[in-house]
Parts: sequence; structure tokens; C-alpha cells
Amino acid sequence: MQNRRETLKHSAVVAGLLATAGFPEFAHAAFNKAAFDAKSVQDSAKAAGATSIAESKDVTITGPDIAENGAVVPLGAGTALAGVKHLMIMVEKNPSSLVAMFHVTDAVEANFSTRAKMGQSSDVYAVAIMNDGKALWAKKEVKVTLGGCGG
Amino acid sequence: MADPMRIRAQSSGDKATVRVLMSHEMESGQRKDASGKTVPAWFIQEVTAKHNGKDVFSAEWGPAVSKNPFLQFAVKGVKAGDKIAVTWKDNKGDTRTDEATVS
Repeated sequence: MQNRRETLKHSAVVAGLLATAGFPEFAHAAFNKAAFDAKSVQDSAKAAGATSIAESKDVTITGPDIAENGAVVPLGAGTALAGVKHLMIMVEKNPSSLVAMFHVTDAVEANFSTRAKMGQSSDVYAVAIMNDGKALWAKKEVKVTLGGCGG
Repeated sequence: MADPMRIRAQSSGDKATVRVLMSHEMESGQRKDASGKTVPAWFIQEVTAKHNGKDVFSAEWGPAVSKNPFLQFAVKGVKAGDKIAVTWKDNKGDTRTDEATVS
């Protein structure tokens, strides 16, 4: 069971990830280069301003507990909530944390699976941005025995 | 032109689960070659999916998606015989579209 302090800490981490991802300026038409160029988890202090970020049990992240090969880690993000605008998969300790961002419409279920590269063991996050601008997240720790980003 | 994608779309009820396997190098831009030079990033940036010609979702990917990417999603309101088309575009401007019939 997470206590309040831990929950706040993780919220701050996600807020940082979102800050690097250009949140809340999420209205973009072309490829969001800035989002993918963001290198690190931002200072949690910067994140303190983003109050609408919260952990949610309605968002799911799927992945292995231990990934033998960091070059192919099956990750999935999903939510049963209505009104999802974007769904993102992030790996905290990758050189750029954002792996993939899906723009959801009514015609598709907010549930996507793909495979990601992970440089090292890290927390992975699924973040759902709702139509009203709220960000909901879930996380899971994935241990990597062989990194997938190096040579 | 890149190799074709493998798309499988299976309907169950009024939904269809679509699995796509794309053929792409997905170079991360982090690796170095034998002479120590960084291999430039080369990856799929945009993915869009259409159901009978209508956009159902789009996605933006970073270089952290695995080589020969796999993608699974579920489209609502689909019946057998419908067409699902998937398009990707990489950061060099190369693009490819493939279509599958829902079974």
C-alpha cells in the first residue's frame, strides 16, 4: 500500500515527465518533436504546479516483471474511462522517456500494446490525458537484464 | 520502399482486434558504429489507422519503440469484411500503407 508521501512523489515524477513532454500545450498537429527530445525527468519542483495529475486505478500498464532483452519489452497501456484524448507510454530512465503517444478517438478502444526498448531497469508509466486536461497515470517496475539502447 | 507490414484483424462481436507487425530498423540514434560514429536515428514517427477509409486513431512514436515494431489495438463497430489500413511515416519521409480485411 502506498502512503501519501510516495504517491505524491510519483505524481511529481509523472508531472515532470509530462512537463518534458510539453504538457499542457498538447494541441499539436505535426510530430511533437519537443516531446520526444525531452531527455530527463524534470525537477519535481517544476511539477508542483501541475495539480491535475493523479494516480488512477482506471489506467493500466502491462509489461513483464523482468525483461530478459531490453531491446524488445512488450508494454501496453489502456484505460476503461471515457473521454480519453491521448494515451502515452513512458520509460522513466530511457534517454528520452516518451516511447509512444496515441491519439484516441471514439472509434477505437483506449488500449494499445507495443514493444519498447529499455536501456536499463526502470519504472514504466501509462499516462492518459483526458479531454478536460486531467492526466491520470499508472506505473509498473520492469527489470531489464540486458539493455536495449547501447551498442 | 520498405517491406510490407503484416496486419491481422480479427473481429469478435462488434470489435476487431488488429495486430500489426511493421518492418523497420528503428535506429535509436544512441548506438555507435565500429568507427565510433553515432548511427543517426531512423524511426517511425507517425502511425495512422483507418477503418473503411475513416481515421480511427493516430500515434506518434519515438525511437524507443523496438525494431520491427509490433502494435495492437481494437477498433469498435467493425464487422467481418471491413478494411483496416495502417500507414506509417518515418523521420526520413519514407512512408508505407498496407491494408487488411477483417476476418
